[in-house]
Amino acid sequence: MKRVGELLRRSAVPILSVITALLFGAVVIFLTDFEHLSKIGSDPLGAIGGAIGGVGKAYGSMLSGAFGDPGRFATALQTGNANDIGKAIRPFTETLVAAMPLIFTGLAVAVSFRAGMFNIGGNGQVMLGALGATMVAIGLNGTVPSPVLLVLTILAATVAGGFWGFIPGFLKARTGAHEVITTIMLNYVAALLVYFSLQGTNNWLRAPGSTSPVSKNLAPIVDVPNIISLPGLRLDYGFVVALLVAVAVSLLLFRTTKGFELRASGFNLTAARYAGMSAGGSMMLAMALSGALCGMAGGFLVVGTVGQLSIDLHGNIGFNAIALALLAGLRPSGVVLAALLFGALTNGGKLMGVQTGIPQDLLFLIMALVIMFVAAPGLIRGMWRIKAGKPPPEIAALPASPTSTSTPL
Amino acid sequence: MRLELREITKRFPGVLANDHISISADRGKVLGMLGENGAGKTTLMNILSGLYKPDSGQIFIDDEEKVFADPVAAIRAGVGMVHQHFMLVPVFDVVEAVALGAETVKNALGTFDRAAARKRIVELSEQYKLDVDPDDKIENLPVGVRQRVEIIKALYRHSDILVLDEPSAVLTPYETEELYTIIRSLAAGGTTVIFITHKLNEVLEVADDIVVLRRGRVAGTADPKTATRQQLANMMVGRDVELIVQKGPAKPADVVLKLEDLFVRDDRLDMAVKGLDLEVRAGEIVAIAGVQGNGQTELVEAITGLRPADSGQITIAGKRTEKASPRAVSDLGVAHIPEDRGRDGLINPMTVAENYILDSYHKAPYSKNGIFDLKAVREGAAQGVKDFDIRTPSIDTMAGSLSGGNQQKVVVAREFSVPVKLVIAAQPTRGLDVGSIEYIHRRIVEQRDAGAAILLVSTELDEVLAVGDRIAVMFDGKIVGILAGDDATYENLGLLMGGASFGGGVAA
Repeated sequence: MKRVGELLRRSAVPILSVITALLFGAVVIFLTDFEHLSKIGSDPLGAIGGAIGGVGKAYGSMLSGAFGDPGRFATALQTGNANDIGKAIRPFTETLVAAMPLIFTGLAVAVSFRAGMFNIGGNGQVMLGALGATMVAIGLNGTVPSPVLLVLTILAATVAGGFWGFIPGFLKARTGAHEVITTIMLNYVAALLVYFSLQGTNNWLRAPGSTSPVSKNLAPIVDVPNIISLPGLRLDYGFVVALLVAVAVSLLLFRTTKGFELRASGFNLTAARYAGMSAGGSMMLAMALSGALCGMAGGFLVVGTVGQLSIDLHGNIGFNAIALALLAGLRPSGVVLAALLFGALTNGGKLMGVQTGIPQDLLFLIMALVIMFVAAPGLIRGMWRIKAGKPPPEIAALPASPTSTSTPL
Repeated sequence: MRLELREITKRFPGVLANDHISISADRGKVLGMLGENGAGKTTLMNILSGLYKPDSGQIFIDDEEKVFADPVAAIRAGVGMVHQHFMLVPVFDVVEAVALGAETVKNALGTFDRAAARKRIVELSEQYKLDVDPDDKIENLPVGVRQRVEIIKALYRHSDILVLDEPSAVLTPYETEELYTIIRSLAAGGTTVIFITHKLNEVLEVADDIVVLRRGRVAGTADPKTATRQQLANMMVGRDVELIVQKGPAKPADVVLKLEDLFVRDDRLDMAVKGLDLEVRAGEIVAIAGVQGNGQTELVEAITGLRPADSGQITIAGKRTEKASPRAVSDLGVAHIPEDRGRDGLINPMTVAENYILDSYHKAPYSKNGIFDLKAVREGAAQGVKDFDIRTPSIDTMAGSLSGGNQQKVVVAREFSVPVKLVIAAQPTRGLDVGSIEYIHRRIVEQRDAGAAILLVSTELDEVLAVGDRIAVMFDGKIVGILAGDDATYENLGLLMGGASFGGGVAA
């Protein structure tokens, strides 16, 4: 009972932040519904009613875009047809597909924050991971059995991303170079490396005959197997790996001495030094680990979900993960939930766009509001009249002291 | 002016900080306010200076009720505060720093009338013998003079009631004596002084009346002419305390710590320890006395491996350690109680259990091959909490939410949880209440009697005199004299601590 209460207290602000952001989103939809509101002079009630109806329709289509259309579920139950079942569950599986890389990058940001480092280089680490995976896939094509190749590509992605994260960690530990600057700069370097490998006369990775900088299609060479083999479904085992990695990260942070060192250095570098820990070692480890997690996201994107390396493969998940990790309170379990929420919003937003013409930008607005509210817990507590918990979520205090959420051993 | 606080009550979430406190001070009198940390002294003074509003109760100045909406209102009513941490702009000169926020202007354009301000500052300085040069830059002034600038700042604003919050914390014994003289001359000039402190000697020395606060209430009042230190201490703590540390004679054995011609640089790469020699033997407590900032911090960091020695030798238990890492030093059986426990000794957002294992987490029984044995951690921490009487709701409580005394007990419990050959205790009782001080001292003496060598660094003469078997005085990076504990007095230590500049016959 005590644990449930503790859980509720801790998640009250994130949950209410999401609800508040959705309410604000509703207001924006309402106020921009010019089609109905323009008639407010002649038929005020009808205009307002219509605009409110528009809000309902927009969120309705977002829900069915994210989780599935009840009508389709009914059809699928009646016919039992594989095609119908696929159509019914496709929206939900697409939500999971969108969440998969965000789980990896969210964990990456959480690990670095926990160690007191601000990893803004997620995008670059994702790209380098994807590049590493693509190179191994194309380079070893046909020389090893495909399950082995799959493992090797993901491994390459992890190592490449980890290396890209290690660089800023090393620079900070040895020279004091601020990781925010170095990671941002390395994002450009990574993007240009990928561009370089996909353009001009560089034909090793590049798709033959293509004029745009994209790689060969990797799906025939190596592919992450799908969880459910029904037509139209993309959900693959990358999602399962993401969940397992979340568990692994949680164990690392809270059950191992390395994780203890990371968290201790993140909270208080001087005290960690006084306790005989190596501050530089923790920095390098945290950043390498963070980069490796982003690299995995790149690997699973390029040989699974997308199947092709392109210069915009990262889809900005490195940046979005910062917001997501904050929403998650830097907890691995929270990261999974927040990634699912972001996945649902992104995915549901697409159908909303198609069905109602409301631009997907609204979704970014809602996500931005969620983050703003999470970062200003006082605002949410004031709005919803809830009392402050004992240690307030110190997320607002980032990055100087990343979190207050210490898990009791 | 006569000040009276009547039935002041102030509640914070979960704490009754001031519970119907009534005090009064007559014009030209010095009221000494004594109390431990958390007794409510600071809250009460923040109410008086307009920072907090009381939940109930009244403030009277010359029998007229005052309500302070903000600090400006309090200053207008004549209440001046000198805080523990000075509020002076370092790059300003004295005139600018004092006039800031209360500038007089000489024309419609708002040009600062520097000459007028300077004249008044010189007058105040002369009247109260404050001896401040109005044209000196703040950053070039020693701490004691900065404090006098703060006093001028309050007087410049026509404060008739002056509140001094722990004014001696940053001063040398000599400067403290000077401060007493200033306080007496202020009182003679008609200023009412409220002198807040937790040091028993000071109120006895300078106050006309003493009021003791305990847990938000007035625990009692005393007359400095008749009160004793013991009475005041008991009143502060609410039980009989031992002011004198009970310990038998030291039985010095082998040399455990040996420092030879040690040089250490500070963060700005200036030499802070300048050729220091010292030996500490098993079974004795060597106390290093000295005013803050004479190289003690750097010395301790060099011994514990946190700061590289520039040259010279450090030998611990027969091993040269000037190049050893903090962990290697710790593995030799060195316990370190750091001087700033909040910054160096504890990780506040981590739990008591996590802090308890902070420097032995990597060893059995707490972990094996890098994986924690959570049961062992919890059992170990629970045992530590029990053995050291740490008052905490549970071992899962954040260390930062404990009281100062209990935080220090966590540090001491951790450091003494393994067999120890050498204890480096830097300011181990700074900011602690009398009860906790008594406890920590007892634990340190226990370690000595068990055969550990103890190096205690303290700026508090009381502590040095109470605990040290031998007392070494550190001044300007060197040991300027070593006295046997029995031979040391306030006077001879104070002289040495002030260094050669006070014309002392500096002992070798």
